[in-house]
Amino acid sequence: MNPQRLSVLRQRAVLIQAARSFFVGQGFLEVETPIRIPALAPEAYIEPEPSGDCFLQTSPELCMKRLLAAGCDKIFQVCKCFRRNERGDRHLPELTMLEWYRAGADYRALMADCEALLLALCPDGRLRGGEGQWLALAPPWPRLTVSQAFARYASLPLDQALAEGRFEEVMAFEIEPFLGRATPLFLCDYPASQASLARLDPDHPQVAQRFELYLDGLELANGFSELIDAAEQRRRFVEERELILALGRPPGPLPEPFLADLARMPPSAGIALGLDRLVMLFTGSRSIDQVVAFTPESL
Amino acid sequence: MYTAADLRKGLKLEIDGYPYIVTEFQFAKPGKGQALYRTKMRNMVNGNMLERTFRSNDKFEKADLEERPMQYLYSQGDDFIFMDTQNYEQMTITRDHLGENTNYMTDNMEVQVLLFRGAPIGVTLPITVTLRVIKADPWAKGDTSGSDSKPVTVETGYELQVPPFVDEGELIQIDTRTGEYMTRVKG
Repeated sequence: MNPQRLSVLRQRAVLIQAARSFFVGQGFLEVETPIRIPALAPEAYIEPEPSGDCFLQTSPELCMKRLLAAGCDKIFQVCKCFRRNERGDRHLPELTMLEWYRAGADYRALMADCEALLLALCPDGRLRGGEGQWLALAPPWPRLTVSQAFARYASLPLDQALAEGRFEEVMAFEIEPFLGRATPLFLCDYPASQASLARLDPDHPQVAQRFELYLDGLELANGFSELIDAAEQRRRFVEERELILALGRPPGPLPEPFLADLARMPPSAGIALGLDRLVMLFTGSRSIDQVVAFTPESL
Repeated sequence: MYTAADLRKGLKLEIDGYPYIVTEFQFAKPGKGQALYRTKMRNMVNGNMLERTFRSNDKFEKADLEERPMQYLYSQGDDFIFMDTQNYEQMTITRDHLGENTNYMTDNMEVQVLLFRGAPIGVTLPITVTLRVIKADPWAKGDTSGSDSKPVTVETGYELQVPPFVDEGELIQIDTRTGEYMTRVKG
């Protein structure tokens, strides 16, 4: 194997081991949940991989939340997730996710976890960015609302982008490349329409208690205060299924056991962090292809 | 029919009646949003660049392209006559579609002709061609001007820089991708 590649795979192993140690040290329980499941959370823009009469998970979210409902309070998992047709310099259709949940906490506790985790993984407190610059990891990391980000970087305001269906496009090409260049950055206060499984802010219901963590223009993690209102969750799922149907895909069954357990779930917060991308950042790799042993095309 | 998920560098597709080749490709999917496929493409007929962002549900046609081995026979004004080496049919390609290739084409040369919907839009030449120098200033021995190249003209009328020792009447090899002198050929 070429020594450069081997060195990246070694650093990958060290990082994953260190992340595990960090969470165990913080009193989290490492869990494993089934990868093959009969019903997923319907998401219009995440296409699942069928597996017999089930699906491969697109995220371990539902099973992990059921563990919270069953009484677990701090849990984490490192697992494979599968998303069809996601392939680019930053995407693999089979990716490795680090996901963790805290019962009795909201999204701000997750932000503090992110700060502590990255410092634990990088004791000298700085990372080299793609343009040769240094990223300082000392907390607290700046927070920027989605609306502020549009005002600062975009060619049009947030409301107009949402109304014209250009939110993702503007976010991807006009805003993201500039986020987290000198320090990590939390992009927060997502519009309610982009809430997914997040709770809306009780004081400002036009935004969700959801954030994304950016480092060096790369979206690394997505965390939120969990929606625990089962009726509202069902309503959002049904709405999402309509969208999936309109896109011409079969929507799949609703995850009824999850919806039943949601009524018993304590207020919680959860976050998913892309481990492959974390390895990219720590190894200065420009493409996700460089941080995995095999790409799908090489199989 | 292609969907956006098929997009990658080098893919050839048809847009607004033209064949395009994807030269740059970026997959983006911010947050929980829909996938975006940002591409830069070159129009294979006129060379114009096009930037376009596609979404997952976009569909487009394959470009109806075919490459056939042909022999270059002769030229008549701006018309260049080729013969398909499999079915012996003759085909005319105009100077516009050949561009700089005419600098390197000599009679009976084997080339690959690219057809779009059956009509020729370009040729691919061998990477190197051997051409005779028909005009060159003699090499003045003891030239102290320090110049390490001189201009010559080859049989196709193409003018290029070569080392000073190349004489009129000699054969030289040229790289058709760059148009540059490679070496002198004994012949």
